[in-house]
Amino acid sequence: MNFPILTLITFIPLLGSVVVALMPGGREREMKLLAVLFSVPSLVLSIIAWVAYAGTPGGMQFTEEAAWIPTLNAAYRLGVDGISLPLVFLTALLTTLSLFYSSYTIKKRVKEFFALFLLLEVGMMGVFVALDLVLFYVFWEVGLVPMFLLIGIWGQPQDRPQYSAIKFFLYTLVGSVAMLLAFIAIYMTTGTWNMLEIPALGPLANSPGLAVAAFWAIFIAFAIKVPSWPFHTWLPDAHTAAPTAGSVVLAGVLLKLGGYGMIRILLPFFPDLFRQFAPWIGVLALVSMIYGALVSMAQWDLKRLIAYSSVSHMGFFMLGLVAAAATLDASNPVLTSRAIALNGAVLQMFNHGIITGGLFFLVGVIYERTHTRDLKVFGGLSAKMPVYYGVMLMTALASLGLPGLAGFISEFLVFRGAFAIIPIYAIIGVLAIVLGAAYILWKIIQNVFLGEFSEERWGKIYDEHHWPFSLDMARFELITLAPLLFFMLLVGVYPAPVLNAINATATALLAGL
Amino acid sequence: MTLNQFVVLLLPELVLTLAALVVLGLEIVWRDADGRKRVLPLVALVGVLATLLVTVLIWPLASGGGLPISLAPGQDFGGDQTPMLALDGLSLFFKALAALVLALVLLSSTEYVRARTPFRGEFYALILFAGLAITLAAAATNLLMIYLAIEFLSLTSYLLTGYLRDDEKSTEGAVKYFVYGATASAIMVYGFSLLYGATGTIDLAGIATALTTGSAAVHWLVYPALIMALVGLGFKITLVPFHQWAPDAYEGAPTPVTAFLSVGSKAAGFAVLMRFLLTALPGFQVDWMGVLAGIAIVTMTLGNLVALWQRNVKRLLAYSSIAQAGYILIGLVALAPQAQSWTTGLNGVLLYLLAYLFTNLGAFAVVIAVENRTGSAELDAFAGLVRRNPFLAVMMLIFLLSLIGIPPTGGFLGKLFVFGAAIQRQMLVLAVVGIVNSVISVYYYYAIIRQMFFGEAREPGCFDEGPGLRVAVGVSATLVLLMSLAAEPFIRLATESVSMLAASF
Repeated sequence: MNFPILTLITFIPLLGSVVVALMPGGREREMKLLAVLFSVPSLVLSIIAWVAYAGTPGGMQFTEEAAWIPTLNAAYRLGVDGISLPLVFLTALLTTLSLFYSSYTIKKRVKEFFALFLLLEVGMMGVFVALDLVLFYVFWEVGLVPMFLLIGIWGQPQDRPQYSAIKFFLYTLVGSVAMLLAFIAIYMTTGTWNMLEIPALGPLANSPGLAVAAFWAIFIAFAIKVPSWPFHTWLPDAHTAAPTAGSVVLAGVLLKLGGYGMIRILLPFFPDLFRQFAPWIGVLALVSMIYGALVSMAQWDLKRLIAYSSVSHMGFFMLGLVAAAATLDASNPVLTSRAIALNGAVLQMFNHGIITGGLFFLVGVIYERTHTRDLKVFGGLSAKMPVYYGVMLMTALASLGLPGLAGFISEFLVFRGAFAIIPIYAIIGVLAIVLGAAYILWKIIQNVFLGEFSEERWGKIYDEHHWPFSLDMARFELITLAPLLFFMLLVGVYPAPVLNAINATATALLAGL
Repeated sequence: MTLNQFVVLLLPELVLTLAALVVLGLEIVWRDADGRKRVLPLVALVGVLATLLVTVLIWPLASGGGLPISLAPGQDFGGDQTPMLALDGLSLFFKALAALVLALVLLSSTEYVRARTPFRGEFYALILFAGLAITLAAAATNLLMIYLAIEFLSLTSYLLTGYLRDDEKSTEGAVKYFVYGATASAIMVYGFSLLYGATGTIDLAGIATALTTGSAAVHWLVYPALIMALVGLGFKITLVPFHQWAPDAYEGAPTPVTAFLSVGSKAAGFAVLMRFLLTALPGFQVDWMGVLAGIAIVTMTLGNLVALWQRNVKRLLAYSSIAQAGYILIGLVALAPQAQSWTTGLNGVLLYLLAYLFTNLGAFAVVIAVENRTGSAELDAFAGLVRRNPFLAVMMLIFLLSLIGIPPTGGFLGKLFVFGAAIQRQMLVLAVVGIVNSVISVYYYYAIIRQMFFGEAREPGCFDEGPGLRVAVGVSATLVLLMSLAAEPFIRLATESVSMLAASF
């Protein structure tokens, strides 16, 4: 028995959640501190796992297996590879930062917030490490309820948090129950829930009609989560209503659950069907990219704007995935191009988590001070809050894909792969980059930071008495954002350490389809 | 069979009867000693736990094909060489299930009953007798015994429903229940008489033999008999369209009784339905499968859609329990006993029933706790529950998730097995309708969750639920979670309990 590193990564937060929940009420400082501390081991261990993994490329490592429900043939199987590791790390990082940030900003129902947030981490983490479909499904649903409560309880009243919460819940549930039926159908033909064994057994190979139904059922479950147009409508509501940390994790991690599922389950289980339907899925990706960007440009609510930009940016991910799946040609140079596209897709998920997570924290910065996110009331803040301006500028530029920052690398890889395999899609898709630059520079930078600063307008919205920290970014806010900025730069200038593991796994995965 | 053997095989029933009689006797002895009556539920609980214990102890006797329970074969009704009851996996499972239902209901009811009626001994005795009726119904192997057991259960249930005689709703519910029940029983017994006329026997296995070896000219009689039997059993299980009594009876009845009816009575109905269809009418599977598939779809859909409009939690859970019966029925429709597979449909029925037992009784225990404190079971009585009693709110959340079927809960396991059976039999329509219904159901369960977690409490201050309810809720929630996290023993139990039934099929 090896050191159960993945079990620890997944379940230490559960322990933390229970401890926080059982603490006597009133001890809020201790609760916050404990919650943050309980999230740290997962972060440290995920870094260790990633570093240890990078040396030996390829398949699943740190695997654990234990009997769970023998009659059902379901087992406790965990493992990570180059595709899941960045997402495991991302989950741990964003959770720790969110808990740290929230320990300064959450004032009501503290115990519930921190207990639920740690429980949420269990669910998210579990999805990325589970190698058994039943286990995967259990973790998939475990994360649902805490997020639902986080949005509903700590959402701002004017954003209809309860409506947004139940909308989020129902959308996800519709997809996941359809996915469950598909999983059962797959099990009936393969006799195993083991995600690594199923591809070789050709799930539902004898009943093509059922296979197509299962493919779309699983696709929709993941597409809702990604979210791809036209399944995205829950996202702006949920993001807008959620508390800052909730938005960060929602955008940073929860959307990745869908993307991860597409790579880990949909593509290897049904490579032929994926190839067959790739043109259609590609269209969904393009619509998400361009429509998301256009709608984003039309928003005057900063949070909603970033929410829609997520639709657009996750469209890039889908485009990369479609490029990798559009052909099953496993000879060079096609395989190389496909691998590049898939690398780009995985890296895009990681980058989007870092960058959009950062953007939501930055919305939180201004929202905590002014209690508004209306882009029309700001202006000229660059003089008042120079540090904030700098941090926001860097994050925003990373988001629009400026060379030297993280977003550029993944978008470049996606388009490099897509141009070789599905050039028409790639050409149309480039439009989304242009639009991205437009809404970020025009809407965010220009409206908030440039232009005339109006003392009168500012006086109306800035609530000095309720904000105990400095006007410009407070120390805790800088600490929260520093790791994110570091990764934006690191991936932007030297992506090799991150990409090596992804590339090894992506190439092996595509060659094995 | 000697008297000794006879007594051993009937031990759970005898212990339960004894417990009920002791409670009745103590009530008379302590007529005026109100303080001592506090012990009555404890006495009943001890009796129930003893029943559970002897059930477990005699379990090994049923290994193999099961044993008939009969003192004097040859003198039964109609000269058949057939006994009335059997001790087999199925009957033992339902004996244990009845004991668990009784234990949880007793734990939940003490404070509620004490506050509402002076006639407490009779109440507990009646509950025990109703439990006894479940054990008899599940063990009955011929039509006469089935009818008697079901009537026994119905009569005790009518009394319990109308127990709060000064409460109009309670009385109204009981009257509706009685009128419906009497009609349904009459129709069922008429159906039984047709079967007897067609086959000349009341023994379930004998009917099956007669139908295969005897003249085919009487086969047409089976169809009306089947439909009529379904009326009576569908009434117990609250299958649409025989469900109309349930919302009024559930809302009007004392809440512990509602809890009992929603689980115990339904379980008895399913036990009888399974045995009746599989033992007596296996050759007609195609026919009853079609009918039940239609009923399952209508039951799930109607129960869920009507539940959406409910503002009273008892009534809401009544409609929810109608819908749940529809899900459970899928397992029976899609049964595939010969399949060497994890789900035979039948084990799904038992697993679902078991999960539903812990879930629904737990949920009702929370309702009782809230009702004890606020005097109301309306939705807004749950407002801000998480602030007033976080334990109850979190447990209720678990129960509601289990009712929806979200892991890691027992409800998920139950749904996995019944939907799995449907998919295995290629009955995709059933599985899809079930899944769509699960999603619809989220909306009304959410109404409770919203009140508990998002709503503002109408009265400030925390409250304590009391030891009995705390144990009932805690045990239920633990088992609900265990049924998913450590599902193996439960699956084995369910699979072995139906293996005999499946093998004879």
